[in-house]
Amino acid sequence: MALIDLANPSRFLALAERLLPYLIGLTVFALAAGLYLASGAPDDYQQGATVKIMFIHVPSAWLSMLVWGVMSVAALGTLVWRHPLADVAAKAAAPIGAAFTLICLVTGSLWGRPMWGTYWVWDARLTSVLVLFLMYLGVIALWRTVDDPSRAGRAAAILTLVGAINIPIIKWSVDWWNTLHQPASVVKLGGPAIHPTILVPLLTMAVAFALLFFTLHVAAMRNEILRRRVRSLMLLKAQIAPGSEA
Amino acid sequence: MSIELGPHANFILAAYGITLVVLLVLIGWIVLDYRSQRRRVAELESQGITRRSVQAKAEAKSPA
Repeated sequence: MALIDLANPSRFLALAERLLPYLIGLTVFALAAGLYLASGAPDDYQQGATVKIMFIHVPSAWLSMLVWGVMSVAALGTLVWRHPLADVAAKAAAPIGAAFTLICLVTGSLWGRPMWGTYWVWDARLTSVLVLFLMYLGVIALWRTVDDPSRAGRAAAILTLVGAINIPIIKWSVDWWNTLHQPASVVKLGGPAIHPTILVPLLTMAVAFALLFFTLHVAAMRNEILRRRVRSLMLLKAQIAPGSEA
Repeated sequence: MSIELGPHANFILAAYGITLVVLLVLIGWIVLDYRSQRRRVAELESQGITRRSVQAKAEAKSPA
């Protein structure tokens, strides 16, 4: 099936119905494997058992940026290619991205208190992630403010592309400015600086979180297509109602 | 198998607990939203409101 075939919402709904049971099974398996490996991972020589927070903090941080990347591609789909499902994909992704960003902020804070002695500092990494969270809320609010989905989609697409500037700022904030946050230790030149006994559970949890996002995104896109179907049926109902001029 | 979480166990358990709550709320919202939208589509279609029915009515009204 070509990608263009999925431009038909009915075809996407049928595909989602077939795919979701497998995606749910795969996600549950990956999460169980990730949590099992994380529970058996050794303590860090400096951070002790608090390193276990990393297994949820880092994947959620990666997902918070990845989801905005998905929304940015969808925004291009809306503005450039006018793909019928592009703004559906963007709208469905926003609350999921907001949830992952919230998890990243809260777990980072809970990790920071015993390690740094504080829940929060206004440094570049933490502040730029907080800005990302506020941008997610802004996009969600924009979708809810404009009634017409196609107009809301175009406005949200512009906001999303402008907000994409924040993603490289988050990624390289630890290199560009002085910060309490440690520099990159997995995705870096010269390879990861983490021992395999901790790296393997971390990457397994990252795959599990990515699968969770994909599953929830397909399900949320299905909901959004149904919501638009309800809207168009309500408009048609108003047209054929007795006394209407249509 | 017991997991030794050391002196900062409260922070570790709180991090995992809050993550679980946030994800459960997100999943619950998506599931409930799906049921709600399916119910609304079914209600409208049971009233005879379909895109085909509107086209048929429009054709019936048209003098041509």
